[in-house]
Amino acid sequence: MPRLSAGARHRVRFALNGRAVEAEVEPRTTLLDTLRGPLAATGTHAGCEHGVCGACTIQVDGSMARACLMLAVQVEGASIRTVEGLAPAPDRLSVLQEAFREHHGLQCGFCTPGILMTLDAYLRDHPSPDERELREVLSGHLCRCTGYAPILRAALAAAERLREDVSHA
Amino acid sequence: MNAEAPLQANGGTAPWTGRSLPRVEDAALLTGRGRYIDDLGAPPGTLHAAILRSQHGHARIESIDATRALALPGVEAVLTRDDIQALTTSLVVGVKAPVECWPIATDRVRYMGEPVAVVVARDRYLAEDAMDLISVRYAPLPPVLDPRAALAPDAPVLHEGLRGNLASDRSFRYGDPEAAFAAAPHRVSVVIDYPRNACTPIETYGVVAEYEPGTQSYDILANFQGPFSIHAVIARALKVPGNRLRLRTPRDSGGSFGVKQGVFPYMVLMAAASRITGRPVKWIEDRLEHLAASTCATNRATQLDAAVEADGRITALAWDQIEDCGAHLRAPEPATLYRMHGNMTGAYAVRNVSIRNRVVLTNKTPTGLNRGFGGPQVYFALERLVQRIALELGLDPLEVIRRNLVPADAFPYRSATGALLDSGDYGAAMEAALRDGGHEELLRRRDSARAAGRFYGIGYAAVVEPSVSNMGYISAVLTPAERKRAGPKNGAQATATVSADPLGAISVQVASVPQGQGHRTVLAQVVADVLGLRPEEIRVTSEMDTAKDAWSIASGNYASRFAPAVAGAAHLAATRLRDKLARIAASGLNLLPEEVEFAGGRVRARGNPDNALPFARVASASHWAPGTLPPEMEGGIRETVFWTPPELTAPTEADEVNSSLCHGFIFDICAVEIDPATAGIRIDRYVTMHDCGRVLHPGMVAGQVTGGFAHALGAALYEEHAYAPDGSFQTGTFADYLVPTATEVPDLRILHHETPSPFTPLGAKGVGEGNCMSTPVCIANAVADALGLPSITLPVTPARLAEHVFPPESEPPARVRPTTRPTATGQRGLSGEGEAVVDAPPQVLWDILFNPATLQAIVPGAHSVERLTDSHFRAEVTLGVGPVRGRYVVELELAEPVPPRSVVLTGSAEGGLGSGQGSGTVTLEPTPEGGTIIRYHYDAAVGGKVAAVGGRLLDGAARVVIGQFFTALANHASGGGAKRLGLLAWLRRLLRTGGRA
Repeated sequence: MPRLSAGARHRVRFALNGRAVEAEVEPRTTLLDTLRGPLAATGTHAGCEHGVCGACTIQVDGSMARACLMLAVQVEGASIRTVEGLAPAPDRLSVLQEAFREHHGLQCGFCTPGILMTLDAYLRDHPSPDERELREVLSGHLCRCTGYAPILRAALAAAERLREDVSHA
Repeated sequence: MNAEAPLQANGGTAPWTGRSLPRVEDAALLTGRGRYIDDLGAPPGTLHAAILRSQHGHARIESIDATRALALPGVEAVLTRDDIQALTTSLVVGVKAPVECWPIATDRVRYMGEPVAVVVARDRYLAEDAMDLISVRYAPLPPVLDPRAALAPDAPVLHEGLRGNLASDRSFRYGDPEAAFAAAPHRVSVVIDYPRNACTPIETYGVVAEYEPGTQSYDILANFQGPFSIHAVIARALKVPGNRLRLRTPRDSGGSFGVKQGVFPYMVLMAAASRITGRPVKWIEDRLEHLAASTCATNRATQLDAAVEADGRITALAWDQIEDCGAHLRAPEPATLYRMHGNMTGAYAVRNVSIRNRVVLTNKTPTGLNRGFGGPQVYFALERLVQRIALELGLDPLEVIRRNLVPADAFPYRSATGALLDSGDYGAAMEAALRDGGHEELLRRRDSARAAGRFYGIGYAAVVEPSVSNMGYISAVLTPAERKRAGPKNGAQATATVSADPLGAISVQVASVPQGQGHRTVLAQVVADVLGLRPEEIRVTSEMDTAKDAWSIASGNYASRFAPAVAGAAHLAATRLRDKLARIAASGLNLLPEEVEFAGGRVRARGNPDNALPFARVASASHWAPGTLPPEMEGGIRETVFWTPPELTAPTEADEVNSSLCHGFIFDICAVEIDPATAGIRIDRYVTMHDCGRVLHPGMVAGQVTGGFAHALGAALYEEHAYAPDGSFQTGTFADYLVPTATEVPDLRILHHETPSPFTPLGAKGVGEGNCMSTPVCIANAVADALGLPSITLPVTPARLAEHVFPPESEPPARVRPTTRPTATGQRGLSGEGEAVVDAPPQVLWDILFNPATLQAIVPGAHSVERLTDSHFRAEVTLGVGPVRGRYVVELELAEPVPPRSVVLTGSAEGGLGSGQGSGTVTLEPTPEGGTIIRYHYDAAVGGKVAAVGGRLLDGAARVVIGQFFTALANHASGGGAKRLGLLAWLRRLLRTGGRA
């Protein structure tokens, strides 16, 4: 990694939802502020900025990460996925997104992008989760609107639907 | 217009209203295309604000020096009390008392987190850098935190204009309570301390304000939620007429639950900042600011007494409520206390009531709207009382509830304190809940658990959920004579506009400001039903703009008014539009207007669907061919309805207050088991029966109920805005303020019993707040039943139950006693000791201690050390405690010097992140080898932000910092000079010198 100096701005290059992007940032600039500011990817939200609420959860090289606890300069060369990268086309929702809509898995929607990114990563590796397991996974996210029950239903429905898609593929 | 007309059947199919349609809102929110306030971009040239806040619960501000902050390139302004007082006036206060309410600290700070200065800079990072460079000198004052203590004659006084801390004291009497108490065979009492909590939306506050000097007007965008009566408060504070304050809200809001009403003082601050800098100013609150200083529900000290007959019938209630509104009485407080005034008898038919309501001020965050608004505090007392009556009289609590419920044939029922309960059959709903909720099975479970020696309990709560607040209820805080002078206040105007554009498409605008409740979806359903269209054909906008939209003081999204009032107003506006279109179509179809119906996207003859016109053609006619309209009809079709229910009258001479229009009913059953090993509470089953009138969207009603339940669960078991005795706020992160996650919220069994409201256009009642009122007390009743406890204090944590679950603990051995303890001043106390061996004689060490240049090298994080006198030093240091790194000014005095043997160090630190004081003794003892043994011990106390967010880490951090100091001293004296120790050596040293506390 190149040497960084606090006062200077540095160019960071990485892939955001499959496209090469770059931004000029100070070393202290968080990844969250970089995504939302210069890269205009405002779907990732700031909820607590101390890593507890999970609203800013994204995927960095396939793993869940809190964008508020990462610096932009840490993701040089990485592949980042955010909620903007989930839908297969602008006018279509992914299976997971559709399940959230169907089961009223969101109200204000502010925490939702982070939850979607976690579930997207988790269901890829754990196609047959039970409810207890999903509660554990979701416990890294705070939602103040739904009481979680509809989110769990949406997640279970999405998992089932994704399994069907795989078996029919 | 015919408001009573049944909803139009939709092309022969069932109405859209009442179905769980997918939400219009969701596609954008699920794909990252939400438009919350921080997603909207900002006008070119926008500056960013950060707010420096008080680190003390109560202190006089001696000086504020922003010179160094202003010198930082990119910083445009630092606003303090003088700037705000020059440009604005005090926010209006809701009681008749000589007390002001400024959005920034003036002569003193009265709660931790109170704004002291606003820094405006090129970007937020820079603004926060500058914040660290402002030095504020405080003279701490003793704080008062408990509402009962605040009334003591010798209590510290917050506002000198008030003399004491009592802002309002009113007594009310209905029926003949004294006679009822005298005649009753039993008097049963409960004493309650209801804690502070808040619903903490995941999106924090945000404001973008712009001042236009040419027209002396303000344009403010904020994620405000109403009520828009606050618009008048802001305009007055900014000294402009209402039409010079344009207030807009974004399309999406990341939750509010009442809380975002509290953003308004920041609108005033940012408006002033824009005026001073000549640029738009944007501020987004951070989480610590939100938890510590946004707003929260009131805490309340209540005594409630009941006069009770032998069979459990309550003949009178006597309420004594002391409401704690925090440091300032901020609008619309003391509304939390009066919102429930008509409902002080809950679901029960009690005719004799006395109430004493006192409002006090304490050194805590000013309170405001929060889901449940006054209901949790009232029902916690009332439903705990009902359980106590059962216990003391040896009755089944269900029998006590049954004997007191308002009877089914009494509706609409006027309560003793003035509420007009619109509809319901409380007894039937309760019996249905017991039957369908599996109550018999729960009783069997309790029997078998208890037989096995386990702690299992069942609690109940019967609650009336008010919705659609009467804007006049708050005037009950005034005496009838004062009310007469002020003029009557009443009503709950809801507004909606439905318009047809030149292509005949329908748009809807309401003054409601949704915060996640799916208003756009429900309004599309309601309007589609009236006009015979499909919901997806209706376009609903949810942004609000006071310069362009129809609105009134009751506008906004609070008091569960959307379904009963706002959706009703949209129904009425659509109905007016439909009736006009029917007249337009009638001539073309050769019919009378009464013979026209709207269905399937067509306007047609009732009974002859072939005689029809496309809806769009009829709806567009007024634009394209106004000359063809029926006589006296104006061109352009746009209908705005201002609806207010006639039932919401002003409080009467006798202080009867119909505080809300609608009254839902809730009956909850909770079964809990307490773990004998951990004292943890497991909810075995929770049943909640709701009568919220007509259900407009079952999916959303379920969402409101499960969401409200989760909030209530947090309030019951986890959440509390905690303060240390010195006024330090202690729950400044989501690791300290514990919010339920998916692993804590159990499944909920939701039941419905529908009795439509006769007072609302659609028969709907509010449903969003009820569980916040019923659930905390229902859980408490279950826990009390499980452990046989006479009283329960929220939140019911395992720590609070431990003494009832576990056998008494023996004293821990002395050496493992914790070193943290409260100090005399109430700050968090730390103490420790340690020693180090150095290869240098005592005189060398002594000289280092008294030399600023060498001190700078050894004080951890020191930027500069300045010698004020021979023995008095001032240092600037940067220290980190856990996640919180900040700059402090440290004053250090060396006293009682015995050169070169011992010295007493006393010091204080003050910084943006907190403050501390401490003292310690250092002794230097020569060793036979020519070296020195340094021994030290210290006592310190810490308050402010570090205590709020790093409390768990403080002890360790203090030990590390102090250890670092002596390690560096030893290292320096040994000739190490500026040479840094390697990590391993450093750790080794640290272990050797670290406190053996």
